Amino acid sequence: MLELAFKGGKTYWGWIVALLAIIGAAFGVYLWQLKFGLGITGLSRDVSWGFYIANFTYLVGVAAGGVMVVLPYYLHDYKAYGKVTILGEFLAIASIVMCLSFVIVDLGQPTRIFNTLLYPSPNSILFFDIVVLQGYLFLNIIIGWNVLEAERNNDHYQFWVKPLIYLSIPWAISIHTVTAFLYCGLPGRGFWMTAILAPRFLSSAFAAGPSLLILLCLFIRHFTKFDPGREQIQSLAKTVAYAICINVFFFLCEVFVAFYSNIPEHMDHIKYLFVGLHGHSLMVPWMWTSMILMVVGIILVVNPVTRKNENILVIACIVIIFGTWIDKALGMIAGGFVPNPLHQVNEYWPTGPEAMISLGVYAVGALVLTVLYKIAVSVKEEIRG
Amino acid sequence: MESSRRRFLKLAGISAVGLGTAPALNAFAASGGHDAAQPYVKKGARALRAKQWAMVIDTRRFHSAKDLEPMIEACNKSHNIPTKITNTDHEIKWIWEAEFHHAFPTKASKFLSEEIEHKSFLVLCNHCENPSCVRACPTKATFKRESDGIVLMDFHRCIGCRFCMAACPFGARSFNFRDPRDFIPEDDKNLEFPTRMKGVVEKCNFCAERLAVGKEPACVEASDGAIIFGDLYDPHSHVREVLKENYTIRRKQQLGTEPSVYYIV
Repeated sequence: MLELAFKGGKTYWGWIVALLAIIGAAFGVYLWQLKFGLGITGLSRDVSWGFYIANFTYLVGVAAGGVMVVLPYYLHDYKAYGKVTILGEFLAIASIVMCLSFVIVDLGQPTRIFNTLLYPSPNSILFFDIVVLQGYLFLNIIIGWNVLEAERNNDHYQFWVKPLIYLSIPWAISIHTVTAFLYCGLPGRGFWMTAILAPRFLSSAFAAGPSLLILLCLFIRHFTKFDPGREQIQSLAKTVAYAICINVFFFLCEVFVAFYSNIPEHMDHIKYLFVGLHGHSLMVPWMWTSMILMVVGIILVVNPVTRKNENILVIACIVIIFGTWIDKALGMIAGGFVPNPLHQVNEYWPTGPEAMISLGVYAVGALVLTVLYKIAVSVKEEIRG
Repeated sequence: MESSRRRFLKLAGISAVGLGTAPALNAFAASGGHDAAQPYVKKGARALRAKQWAMVIDTRRFHSAKDLEPMIEACNKSHNIPTKITNTDHEIKWIWEAEFHHAFPTKASKFLSEEIEHKSFLVLCNHCENPSCVRACPTKATFKRESDGIVLMDFHRCIGCRFCMAACPFGARSFNFRDPRDFIPEDDKNLEFPTRMKGVVEKCNFCAERLAVGKEPACVEASDGAIIFGDLYDPHSHVREVLKENYTIRRKQQLGTEPSVYYIV
């Protein structure tokens, strides 16, 4: 099937070349980072994780979000999603590729990455994160490829794929749960120390992932002969509606617990994010923007009139993607590290090189996604023709 | 009858595999040498030993930030700390000074004695008995040495993921954001201790390299008796005697990491 990725028009190849150019430029910056060290980023002794790990966390969510089409189709026999499961699975593959890349660019000594396998340490959540992320990557490659190839040959997929599909559903939940456990098991980090961090991550994931999928479906319908279908898009939008409401609800639960209990270690991080702390308020406009975007998103996807209008739905999805990104990527990291363990405020903001390397990783993801979607859509077009 | 007999044999077989392999392997390993089947690190003849090293800092003996300088300088020189780094974001700190409400954020009363409120306190790695950084490390590059409880770093194994920095509730860990070698003052270079490279985490090691040759940690030596060092589990150690006689506090004790650095306030 891979040959399908090599048959494309001028726009397709133009896009590929543009992505390669961005990747090349970003790789140059990455070489600089390798030579100089992580000092070219905005990271510090106090805020020791930043943009890379923030985006990593967010994209684990997007990857897990793919399960929102797989689960209804395979567990509830919701036939309409048969057309789009492959899009969910391929989106998951591209997201995991980005996640792993973000982890690698974040390492101080990337050439030693295999030390994690040479000295496996099951006491470290990072060890489990590597295991579940790679497992999810392989599951989706095997499942997606087999099911699509069977569809192309007008055949039923291999019998042994079915158990893998069932396995992939709880596995999707596991990747984001383990990612949340990276944060919420750390003593002395009051902002993360909450049992609903994993549920929060999942709710935000099931809002952001399907939102992105809706945008991709609409894009595919507009630019190719394959229509993922109105019903499918509307069903996804309902998933987004529930998930984004739950996400905001969970956040309000956190606010209640922190402020009614009145415990400074828990309040101070939220204060830093939303009103500033000791005169430091870099995150304040961002966090309020995030809240406004998520509330606007809720209004647009919960209200059936706006949800059913696909033009408005596009806006709703974009709003939700950005709202959840600020909340979970930017705010989650900055909020957790500020104030620091000695209760000093040292703010963080990504630098240009850091943003460029991140853009490069996103370009890698876009490239993987483009190639995979090109194949999937070509197969769907073939079947239709 | 038949089935239970077969089941017994099967179980016995499985157990034999489990129980049998370890002694067999040991015997195999031992057959080559004499009686020492397991490799181990031999302690130096002069090495200081303890079950869990601990430190008591008598803060009554220090009155200003200036009083703390000798200890900090001794450590910096002893461990090739790149003190010429001016960007505070990239600082490497093993032992440094902090005000009371930073060193003990959960213990700072609203109305503190004036002296304590403005005094500086030494802070360093606590060599916790339940270190959360060791739990977080994905490569065992940071580990708790079983022989004496020191939380150590293997600079050559560290991949620079900085999970330990997120896990440490005391901010005791530093990351080499750039090559530190250009920032070590020329006169301070200690050729007996390794310099580090960029991209790895480091922190106080309770002067494991000095203990191995029978010397107390550099800061203890420079403290003129204000820092007491010894074995926490030896009831007759100097540390235990001081702990018996004085009321001490520890940083963020409520987190359950069991810090091994005590403060007399």
